[in-house]
Amino acid sequence: MSGNSLLIPCFVAVPLAGAFLNSLVGRRVRALPEFLGALAAFILVGLSLMALQSVRADSVWVYQVGGWKLPLGISLVLDGLTAFMLVTVNAVAFAIVVYARDYMERYTSKDLFYTLLLLMLAGMNGVLIAGDLFNLFVFLEIAAVASYALVAFGTERHELEAAFKYGVMGSVASLFILLGIALLYGMTSTLNLADMSQSLAGHSEADLLLMVSALFLMGFGLKTALVPFHAWLPDAHPSAPAPISAMLSGVLIKCLGIYALSRIFFNVIGMSPRVLTLLMYWGALSMMAGVILAMGQRDLKRLLAYSTISQVGYVVLGLGLGTPLGFLGVVLHLFNHSIAKALLFLVSGALEYATGTRDLHNMGGLRSRMPVTHTASFVAAMSIAGMPPFGGFWSKLLIIMAAVEAGHLGFAVWAVIVSVLTLALFAGVMKNIFWGEPGLRWQGVREVPGCMQASMLALALFSLLSGTLLVPGIREKFLLQASAALAQGTNYAHMIMSQI
Amino acid sequence: MIYFLCLVLLCVGIYGVLRKRNIIRMILGLIIAEHAINLLFVLIGYRLNGRAPILSPDGPILQMVDPLPQALVLTAIVIGLATTALLVALAMRLHGKYGTYDVARIRELKG
Repeated sequence: MSGNSLLIPCFVAVPLAGAFLNSLVGRRVRALPEFLGALAAFILVGLSLMALQSVRADSVWVYQVGGWKLPLGISLVLDGLTAFMLVTVNAVAFAIVVYARDYMERYTSKDLFYTLLLLMLAGMNGVLIAGDLFNLFVFLEIAAVASYALVAFGTERHELEAAFKYGVMGSVASLFILLGIALLYGMTSTLNLADMSQSLAGHSEADLLLMVSALFLMGFGLKTALVPFHAWLPDAHPSAPAPISAMLSGVLIKCLGIYALSRIFFNVIGMSPRVLTLLMYWGALSMMAGVILAMGQRDLKRLLAYSTISQVGYVVLGLGLGTPLGFLGVVLHLFNHSIAKALLFLVSGALEYATGTRDLHNMGGLRSRMPVTHTASFVAAMSIAGMPPFGGFWSKLLIIMAAVEAGHLGFAVWAVIVSVLTLALFAGVMKNIFWGEPGLRWQGVREVPGCMQASMLALALFSLLSGTLLVPGIREKFLLQASAALAQGTNYAHMIMSQI
Repeated sequence: MIYFLCLVLLCVGIYGVLRKRNIIRMILGLIIAEHAINLLFVLIGYRLNGRAPILSPDGPILQMVDPLPQALVLTAIVIGLATTALLVALAMRLHGKYGTYDVARIRELKG
């Protein structure tokens, strides 16, 4: 076991330690919860950058818990996709922890907030590094339970209702996933992802495998909020405090949904053309339904939540294409959307902080009053809408190019139409909130405190520059490794087995 | 036969979640469905006339029960406990705010 693989368990240990200390002493010492949260997130960003440095496209790092050899013991795995997701998740989490320092002044029991936030982070990092199916499930549940509690954090009528709905839907999703795991275990008598993949390769029980695939698609589809299963998301995400909305929409559904789905289907079960086609149509449906439902919203955060459904549709469409170019687009779009959507939710929090409302029709002309928020919001909105210099343009372009290249011209045109609708949607948002004549009501509105500004500006900078990730030289390090991990398919098992 | 009963139990639970209007009954439905899956998981590892896989002096063990699903189900039960406790706490707070357990009357959010 080399030094680098000792790095892997730290991704779970650090946030867990932070959460533990916070719940133990956070109440007694003032400003300690903020400090511990920021420290843990900062360490995690450093660790994930180190992981990104050390990982290479043609190998993986495997950590065997307690030194038990691989097919028997629990393993934690770090490959290109994992490292990429870890960087994204932890960077967004750090920005959010900094932002929450000022924003959470309005709530009581901040120590509990940071404890739950760190627990959720531990769960998400755990999902990313888990090397066997049951640990993936356990970490997924840790993140999910923490997020149910965080949605209810305000404990007002709407928060509680949304959290209950989210909790029931999330539990049903977990049931399906657990049933799928039980059936897969019955087929392969192993839980390790690599071992399972090799054992499935020799199997020919197509019917049972189809059943398992359907269960996983339902379970993870519910967690990702793809369209027939989306009803909980526009309630749950807006009801949480703004930093948590940013975390849920920005990274949680991607870790629990997209990452777990693609890991299991591409690397373990092996993609079949039927499932790929299903994913394409599913993604296309989510894209259109999300953006059309978003059009009718007056509440800014609900609008953003619907737009999340639409953008995740792009990701699923890209996954369904199943070509290397499509995977590159998927990976870049995951990154762009995480940053930009988190930023937009932070902006909505800043607006609520300054004006006390989230109603689009009530605001107007805030540009001169809140210049920093305006800049950040402009960058994020244009990135999501896919305007050329901003990050979102490049990832959508890649997905559309991949669709054309794979011969699915209809899907490419569909994606362009949705992109135009998204542009119209966000132009409307910007006009309603920031542009136009400043109303008399907002004369006294002041810009939000420094920490909130700093974290919004940092995310805006990332969003602006993420197009440069495609420049040769940087591309190999960050994006290609991640998309190669998806493209290698069931070869994943060989790479892990050869590490021992 | 017992596998079939698991399926029936799962359907009862899912029916409870989907069709009942009382929050507490929805939670109960969730618990039933969860235990149906736990039962199925244990059954997968069970063998008729099997015994625990513990090394013993009286000869090798021929029929043994797979212990792994049992360990996993223990974990799943604990997770289920945490989720249920959280949902029940939410239900109590909901009752405090709305004064009812009826989901038809707790719908200010449109979905």
